[in-house]
Amino acid sequence: MEHYTMNLNLKVWKQKNAASKGKFETFEVKDISSEMSFLEMFDVLNERLINEGKEPVAFDHDCREGICGMCSMYINGRPHGPWHGTTTCQLHMRAFKDGDTIVVEPWRANAFPVIKDLMVDRTAFDRIIQAGGYISVNTGNAVDGNAIPIEKEHADKSFAAAACIGCGACVAACKNSSAMLFVSAKVSHLALLPQGDPERKTRVLNMVTQMDKEGFGACTNTGACEAVCPKEISIANIARLNGEYTMAALSADNSHD
Amino acid sequence: MKWSEIFTSSVGKKLVMGLTGLFLISFLVVHVGINACIWANDDGAMFNRAAHFMGSSYVIRILEIGLMAGFLIHIIQGLVLEFQNRSKRTVGYQVNLGNRGSKWYSRSMGLLGTLILLFLIIHLSQFWYPNRSHQGWLLGEELNLFDRMKTTFSELWVVIIYVLGCFSLCWHLVHGFQSAFRTLGVSNNRYLSMINNIGIGFSVIVSLVFAMMPVSMYLGWV
Repeated sequence: MEHYTMNLNLKVWKQKNAASKGKFETFEVKDISSEMSFLEMFDVLNERLINEGKEPVAFDHDCREGICGMCSMYINGRPHGPWHGTTTCQLHMRAFKDGDTIVVEPWRANAFPVIKDLMVDRTAFDRIIQAGGYISVNTGNAVDGNAIPIEKEHADKSFAAAACIGCGACVAACKNSSAMLFVSAKVSHLALLPQGDPERKTRVLNMVTQMDKEGFGACTNTGACEAVCPKEISIANIARLNGEYTMAALSADNSHD
Repeated sequence: MKWSEIFTSSVGKKLVMGLTGLFLISFLVVHVGINACIWANDDGAMFNRAAHFMGSSYVIRILEIGLMAGFLIHIIQGLVLEFQNRSKRTVGYQVNLGNRGSKWYSRSMGLLGTLILLFLIIHLSQFWYPNRSHQGWLLGEELNLFDRMKTTFSELWVVIIYVLGCFSLCWHLVHGFQSAFRTLGVSNNRYLSMINNIGIGFSVIVSLVFAMMPVSMYLGWV
């Protein structure tokens, strides 16, 4: 694709901290290369703002290669921007034209409070993982990877679910701010493997309990999460979580004594 | 784990919606089947016989209480979920994802459900309530429901409201039918696509047949 440069209008959410109100501010950026990533375009803007002695726009980023789940911009009404199966850092400026106005907002969900500008607090996801996203392993030498036979289909589905990077785009896109795609990916990836079997029931119950405690909404199967997921996690995982939850809840006893 | 904990979790609430939804879908099959008797072209004889069967047995009247409970749970839980889910995002977006991520009817289950509820109130006040109160709420003599249908559906505005009610029902079912199975844990894509297609077929056929009843009567086909 031919290289070109563009001038853009950015309408960016600016918010001093979690307690302040926040509002949109408009910035003009000039001579942006079509080969830049979306975050590099923000780097250009921030360099300029810093040189002018102004406050740069705060945004989350880390690996910039689409695997860490840190970048989290809601671009023109879509988490991670217009490209399918792409994180914001992998979105390139060739997705836009000269003269475009781009609206950039933070993830909106009460469970993800804004820290500053485009950065939101996603530690709720960490607490959900802590509630059950683990397996019991003995310490010592690593076991032979092929010691336990695993059905190919299960291994593939588990791997596909494990691709979730926990970016929170599913929550951002969901009209209910539901975290079900994230939680179901984490539940599925362990439930489908024999290694995840010992905690299978407690995992799903504890993770759903924590998810509710964090203030995420309930899933209504609209499919918006799947449509925007940069890792293309299947919504079938949500149905699997529902089944896992129902079986675990129905077979659970009243108490542990 | 206590039962109350199961059914008040976010997944549990959806289970309640899915189970009551499927129960109400089974009721629709009975309702549409019985009402289709109006097309027997026997001046309502077959229809009134079927209606008499539904109104003259304590067994069915007890089941009717179960049906009411199903409706109430589905309505109340649905409204509670709608308000709770809306409260999870206090600050909204400037630009919305809209149809790029999901279908309008999937996002509008609360609205469609409320429209169906309004229709239901009109519908019950026109048929069920007068008939049951005429029976003295026990097994008394019933009204001639076929005649009542003919009178009710001679008014154009009533016919329009019924057709709109069926339209809402159709879209509500297109999402609800397949969503209920997902909520119950059907995660196999082969079955999911089959359920989706059956759901669309069911929704369109049932809603269309229901909508044709007032239309047929208004146009004098029966």
